[in-house]
Amino acid sequence: MDAGMWIELIVKVIVLIAALLVGFAYLTYTERKLLARFQNRYGPNRAGPFGLLQPMADGLKLIFKEELIPEQADKLIFILAPILTVVPAWIVLAVIPLGSIDLFGRTINLSLAGDLNVGILYIMAVTSISVYGIVLAGWSSNNKYAMLGGIRSSAQMISYELALGLAFVGPVMMASSLSLARIVEAQSQLMWFAVLQPIGFLIFLVAALAEINRAPFDMPEAEQELTAGYHVEYSGMKFAMFMLTEYTKMIVVSVIAATLYLGGFHMPFITDRWPWMGPFMLLAKVFVLLFVIIWLRATLPRVRYDQLMQLGWKILLPIAFLNVCVTAGVMYLLGMIA
Amino acid sequence: MIPDLILFFGLALVVVVSAVGLLLSRNAVYAALNLLINFTAIAVFYLLLEAPFLAMIQITVYNGAIMVLFLFVIMLLGAERLAPGPAMPYQRPLSILLGVILLFEAAYAMFFRSKLGVSPTPVPAGFGSPEAIGQTLFSSYLLPFEVISILLLAAMVGAIVLTMKTRRRG
Repeated sequence: MDAGMWIELIVKVIVLIAALLVGFAYLTYTERKLLARFQNRYGPNRAGPFGLLQPMADGLKLIFKEELIPEQADKLIFILAPILTVVPAWIVLAVIPLGSIDLFGRTINLSLAGDLNVGILYIMAVTSISVYGIVLAGWSSNNKYAMLGGIRSSAQMISYELALGLAFVGPVMMASSLSLARIVEAQSQLMWFAVLQPIGFLIFLVAALAEINRAPFDMPEAEQELTAGYHVEYSGMKFAMFMLTEYTKMIVVSVIAATLYLGGFHMPFITDRWPWMGPFMLLAKVFVLLFVIIWLRATLPRVRYDQLMQLGWKILLPIAFLNVCVTAGVMYLLGMIA
Repeated sequence: MIPDLILFFGLALVVVVSAVGLLLSRNAVYAALNLLINFTAIAVFYLLLEAPFLAMIQITVYNGAIMVLFLFVIMLLGAERLAPGPAMPYQRPLSILLGVILLFEAAYAMFFRSKLGVSPTPVPAGFGSPEAIGQTLFSSYLLPFEVISILLLAAMVGAIVLTMKTRRRG
């Protein structure tokens, strides 16, 4: 560990967090603008040109709002819960490969953690602990609606984690590695896994939407039934942190989907010639996926809770299992595995 | 060497303090959270011992699955708060006695039996990697692995059958 490595690491951390914060702010703007367009409205257009300063205005408003902590709440956990939701969403992206560039006479791997040989397992570990913030927020508020929302969302997240985990297996088998860098490399040699594993890709998208509690699976926040779900008692910046997590998770899920199934940072002809284009290519793919997620929210009505559980356990999980078996069989027949 | 030592003692402190916190907290949710910190710190220990696979599995299984269910049960039963005072009066002296015996035995084994001066054998390349674990699990330990799978499957089916029965009666 020389000084250069420390500087490199610190710069990468700051850039990643800044990118996620700006991404969060402008994702809220993009979503409002796109939803408005889908519904034949204008959307935010008063703060700055085209309403571009709207996220700043929202942030300022939330900072000056009064922070309420309910009398009967468990104060320590009530304050801890928003922090516990934000952290997993932020640390997932450390293992995403972004290619490497030569700068100042040294080769810099743009990814934060470098090439981790258990990258996929890291993602699964972090997503599996992201449920705590929501459960604890629901419990510590000491409110029936919050508690119900928290339990609902954790049941949903645990159920869909299985299908999500099996959707990871397809790319892992095709690349015969748990390292994300190797998965991207395998896609640059073969073709995008979305083409070779269309069912896996679909399962991943559906399970990921449920995992991040987005429409049409936004049961935890069903306003009509639960007022607002697990964050009903939160206000001000603590509420903003839940929103931050929700939108950051959207970005994170899109990044993982792009890396596993859409070739990651690699783009034929472009990244081979200009390696520094890698992060921008990933960003372009992520933007397409985010557009699809927002589009789905504008299009589909919310599913009922029992339908959600049926879909997860009785449809997605068997198909995911079958997909893994078929992939293994085909790979064996083609002689790709011994 | 020095950063390793600092990491080790920092983590050891976290592990011990969270374990004591688990035992002493009167609120079951706080006890569960202490156990969570304990598991996470142990996962970091595995990372320091060059077993990243084990570390990630530790977090996924213990933190992500088992402790979530623990928290669920605690919250659904509403059994967060413990009644003041010990439940079993003989428990405390007995546990102190057993703890002292364990401490003496551990100290004896460490100072008289083990060779403290000998440096540990170096870790071979690829030790604890997913490939190595997969190879061992599906070749030398295939039979125990399959037996455990069947056992778990039977337990799952059993749980479903038991809950179905009560529902039909109700």
